[in-house]
Amino acid sequence: MEAKYRLATFAWSSVANVTTQADINREIDQLRGSGGPQPRLDYPPYRSSVLRHPTRDRQLVDPEGVELWAPCFGAADVDDAEADLTIQRAGEPLGERMVVTGRITDGDGRPVRDQLVEIWQANASGRYWHQRDQHPAPLDPNFVGAGRCLTGADGVYSFQTIKPGAYPWRNHVNAWRPAHIHFSLFGTDFTQRLVTQMYFPGDPLFDLDPIYQSITDPKAREMLVASYDHELTTPEYRLGYRWDIVLSGTHRTPLEEQ
Amino acid sequence: MTFAPGQTVGPFFHLGLPFEGGNLLVPTAHPDAVRLHGRVFDGEGAGVPDSVIEIWQADPSGRVPRGTGSFHRDGFTFTGWGRAQTDGDGHYWFSTLIPGVTEPGRRPFIAVTVFARGLTDRLFTRAYLPGDEPEALLDGLEPGRRDTLIATREERGLLFDIHLQGEGETVFLSYPRQAR
Repeated sequence: MEAKYRLATFAWSSVANVTTQADINREIDQLRGSGGPQPRLDYPPYRSSVLRHPTRDRQLVDPEGVELWAPCFGAADVDDAEADLTIQRAGEPLGERMVVTGRITDGDGRPVRDQLVEIWQANASGRYWHQRDQHPAPLDPNFVGAGRCLTGADGVYSFQTIKPGAYPWRNHVNAWRPAHIHFSLFGTDFTQRLVTQMYFPGDPLFDLDPIYQSITDPKAREMLVASYDHELTTPEYRLGYRWDIVLSGTHRTPLEEQ
Repeated sequence: MTFAPGQTVGPFFHLGLPFEGGNLLVPTAHPDAVRLHGRVFDGEGAGVPDSVIEIWQADPSGRVPRGTGSFHRDGFTFTGWGRAQTDGDGHYWFSTLIPGVTEPGRRPFIAVTVFARGLTDRLFTRAYLPGDEPEALLDGLEPGRRDTLIATREERGLLFDIHLQGEGETVFLSYPRQAR
């Protein structure tokens, strides 16, 4: 399999007009600092965005009605065991066992309580449990890679999982995504809805990745990088990462709160 | 204040986001069930087969639902929230109820969030019910743009197409207190 894949890579790079990592790096460099603290919707180095980004400015509007509230989730929706991605199958998954935990706050610093957090990720080999991922890395029969939890009264979430591997994709020749975990979050307002990705400190692929670099402000980008926290690490069992998340501001007044 | 930036849902969101019954806010056999559906299009008019649509809405009396249980629907509690992925044709659909008026004098709408591979951040929009009442957001837009926010009434529901780019590009929304 490995030899076959090498051959395939060779054939690819011999084709004229292929996009190389050097091409993508040049494009990334040209757009550095050009956007705000959120990702640019129009970000050509991420090729799939070219036909899928709106060209008109977003229309600013005051939230009203349901937009002032977020959907509610509770114990009826999420079982405690869903926060542990290492116990979903018959055996123990391969890879580096880890805990990722942090506090979710809104733009005013208040904890986001009793709210839903969903994650999905590749396994330790960088392979997703998904039909569309067919690259030559092994699936782990003991690791699916999806989990859910609710935040506590203090806004804290916690998952036990396996550190995901980097994985190759076809944005350009030899494109590799830095290891990441997808996070889906709700706040207390509909307007705070966030789907993002958490990364690991010091990843050598950061500079090369057009998805991470679609956030062109380095300070904003760094908000997506978890920190290693030895206090969270358990002797002879698992490593600990901390990732706190700040959602945008809320709009409800105290009167509406009642 | 800097808020955590968004990132694309990528191509493998099916692993983490869709769930059984996500698009059934009410069972299709509910006497008042309507189908809210449409297609998501890219800048060349092709259907987007890998996008996720979420809706959030008031109940028919205009009340904002506060009940839980969207992930394990009991068939009786209207949670007001649903999630659907597009099929190979870029088509999505929900079984839901027509929302009522939440604030007197305002036209009812269904709040819609769009995610897709290739979309670096989520997009917000509104699917308004068709009607004649004045509505500040709609009245401030040129007619061609306005129409992208109004669902079309059908015999058994509402049609709401979403154009990410180009001709008929949907009006997407931002709100105060969000970083842009």
